[in-house]
Amino acid sequence: MTSEIFAVDPLVLFTILAMAAGTYLTRIAGLVLTKFVTFSGRTEAALQAVPPAILMSVVAPTAFATGIAETAATAITAVAALRLPMLAAMTIGVVSVVVLRMALAVI
Amino acid sequence: MKSNQNKSAINAGPNEFFLGVTTFFPLVFAATPIGLLFGALAAQKGMSPLEVLLMGSFVFAGGSQFLALDLWADPLPWLTIAFSTFLINLRHVLMSASLAPKLGHWTPLQRYLGFFILADEVWALSEQRAMKQHTTFSFYLGVGLTLFITWQVATVAGSLIGAVMGDPSRYGLDFAFTALFICLVMGFWQGRKTGVVLAASGLAAVLTHKFVPGAWYIIAGAIAGVIAAAVQYDDNPNGLQKSAEALQ
Repeated sequence: MTSEIFAVDPLVLFTILAMAAGTYLTRIAGLVLTKFVTFSGRTEAALQAVPPAILMSVVAPTAFATGIAETAATAITAVAALRLPMLAAMTIGVVSVVVLRMALAVI
Repeated sequence: MKSNQNKSAINAGPNEFFLGVTTFFPLVFAATPIGLLFGALAAQKGMSPLEVLLMGSFVFAGGSQFLALDLWADPLPWLTIAFSTFLINLRHVLMSASLAPKLGHWTPLQRYLGFFILADEVWALSEQRAMKQHTTFSFYLGVGLTLFITWQVATVAGSLIGAVMGDPSRYGLDFAFTALFICLVMGFWQGRKTGVVLAASGLAAVLTHKFVPGAWYIIAGAIAGVIAAAVQYDDNPNGLQKSAEALQ
């Protein structure tokens, strides 16, 4: 049993290290880039939009193209997030997706 | 030496570290079910708990870890997995470029070591912090280490107990990741202009995801949002704020 827990396949380890190298490269690329480029005015406004735009892109397929229950729960979570602490808004989102899925399954 | 004193005065301080930990704390409840889910799925694919721990520690990027599991097969398509990981994580280039100027006094070592754990949530909370003041290394570490430890504990636990947990979507936990990101997005809400940016990036991401295979939809959505913000840029309302910032 212990040998199963600590088993490491060489090819799995190699794959993980290859994944890690690519990921670290993308994470430090911005540090290197900003040394050579300075931003101002419209460019700065554009860069300000990077955080919400990326987060939105990551969830958009799940939020808007999975089903009605997911889309409705996304809207509920978004409204809740404007008024409530993060943990409360998340709980409301998860509960509403369960309720909506059950309701839609009945219909 | 002399610059060192200066930096430590700004960067050190258990309060900033503790603030980072408490800022992240609500997200523990989102990251844990996602981590359990990842561990359970990884176990089904034949990964050992130690392999799960190694991937979590070295890669530490949930989205790409799930993507890798999706592609996991025998024989292991390591090149496809590595390239897909790189592609889905290309957004980190934008993220680190966006955060880098807001760091305050970090040493180069702090920058290059610290950014090893620049996961989505760590970055998002650091960006939100930067809306008020420079993000200190202590704050960043408080946020980052809390997620790092949560993620490793949850994924390894998930791989150990995953088999008995059953289907996580039964409890809506598959939606926890989406709910978490929606909350993070709304943290950046500043009115109608943000709405236009979100509509543009959301639409571009959905369409690209539908018609283009792979992780290009994240890049497409990011670019669309950035363009929407650039188009909406107006000199005058920001002018006052800008000069106020310049005076500081």
